[in-house]
Amino acid sequence: MSFILVYSFYENVDLAVDVAAFQFSNWRELFTDDYYHYAIWKTLRMSIIVTALAAVLGYIPAYFIAMTRFRHKWLLLLLLILPFWVSFIIRTLSWIHILGNQGAINGVLQWLGIVEEPVAMMFTELTVIIGFLHVFLPYMILNIYVSLEGIDRNLEPAARTLGCTPWQAFREVTLPLSIPGLGAGCLLVFVLTAGSYVTPLILGGPDDFLFGNLIYDAIISELNWPMGATLSFALLLLLGLVVVAYSRMMGLNQLYKAFS
Amino acid sequence: MRAWTLIKAYTALVYVFMFAPIAVVLLLAFNDSQFGGFPIEGFSFRWFHELMQNEAIIRAFRTSFALGLLTAVIATTIGIMASLALVRYSFPGKNLVSTLLIAPILVPETVLAVGLLIFLRWLSVPRSFFLLLVGHVIIAIPFVVLVVQARLVGIRREYEEASRSLGANPLQTFFQVTLPLLMPAVFAGALFAFTISFDNITATIFWRPSGSETVPTQIFGMLRHSVSPEINALGFVMIVLTVGIPLLAGGLARYFSRKQT
Repeated sequence: MSFILVYSFYENVDLAVDVAAFQFSNWRELFTDDYYHYAIWKTLRMSIIVTALAAVLGYIPAYFIAMTRFRHKWLLLLLLILPFWVSFIIRTLSWIHILGNQGAINGVLQWLGIVEEPVAMMFTELTVIIGFLHVFLPYMILNIYVSLEGIDRNLEPAARTLGCTPWQAFREVTLPLSIPGLGAGCLLVFVLTAGSYVTPLILGGPDDFLFGNLIYDAIISELNWPMGATLSFALLLLLGLVVVAYSRMMGLNQLYKAFS
Repeated sequence: MRAWTLIKAYTALVYVFMFAPIAVVLLLAFNDSQFGGFPIEGFSFRWFHELMQNEAIIRAFRTSFALGLLTAVIATTIGIMASLALVRYSFPGKNLVSTLLIAPILVPETVLAVGLLIFLRWLSVPRSFFLLLVGHVIIAIPFVVLVVQARLVGIRREYEEASRSLGANPLQTFFQVTLPLLMPAVFAGALFAFTISFDNITATIFWRPSGSETVPTQIFGMLRHSVSPEINALGFVMIVLTVGIPLLAGGLARYFSRKQT
């Protein structure tokens, strides 16, 4: 299986260059056309925003689950895994029910008489970000949780007896020790976001596209295979760089822990 | 302590964020209204009836189900063999193989999809159900390997050695000693593989043969127009299937294991 896999990546380059003999026009187009630069920039920006928000949103629940003495902690963990079993497309489209013109928020606002007409909230960059966050947050929380769980619980009280405030104890002891999990979560969310195209198609407006959407357009709509291959390889290269940079800094082992 | 209360409230809010939209879909599935949104006009099973009569959806369900089952069986079989090789034996290039097996997790599905598609185009093989199956197996394998490997590391080698010294051949040892011990991980892995396949849309859109749909691509196609109430009902069915069955299986397993002890 992995042979096909490896092979398929090689073929990418080959075909992008091979179909019309050996030429670089696709790559030249990629490097010179502003449209593609814009898409790359947009994708990076979106991925960074989603990753940062997921880290901020996810750290506190992970901390809570790891530190709580709540008897039914397993339930909290189970609830974290549950969303993985709920269909991705259902979870994504469910936001139309929340934010759409016939959605819950507009329903409440109209019922309370605050607004007459539904407020348009859908199909913007924000809804795409919310959609991504909703789907990827459990990955982040699980990864952070795994590394927080591995920290000796006596460390924070020890820091406290040595004169730290609670916040200092957290910042100087717990936070640095949880960096591997946080990093793994960030990498995962970043890569997953940068590689998607379905969420912007469902929740975004015509202007909200990511690099993945260009690949989708090239192959599904325009049947421009060489360009699609070029774009795919460019995306792979871009994310590969991110992964390599990351593994230089942190190593990839932590990434596997969360799945086991 | 006040900080702790804040943390608690915040956590509760994040859980609401994760589950409120799902709850809304479950609720709207029973809405009697013509449209797939609020306000709720009454309780009815009408959309479930419509759903059963919708042949396209039934067909998509069948495709998805077959695909998921086959993916689970194949990915789990390959996953077990790969994990065995990686944990129990050493061979040249082991690190490379291990990296390659796990790599698809970090490769965006879009790229994976295009890669396989172009490879097959180069071989001049048209898109088919078989290609879809191969693709889903590739996507599912890393997860199966991770789950099975984690368990296999925990099974002590002595059991296998004892079995061998008592005269069992390697095959007998595997089927009568290793595999039973591995069973929980095998089930978990198979379940994982099934859900991954059943849920996949990103790569499936690229791989599906023209004219054939899986449930997610069918929903995706229906979304082009608007969120019809049928989609909500379909969502309900899918959530009950993909969440209910594993929960039930897990609960039963726990119940029986408690009974035994």
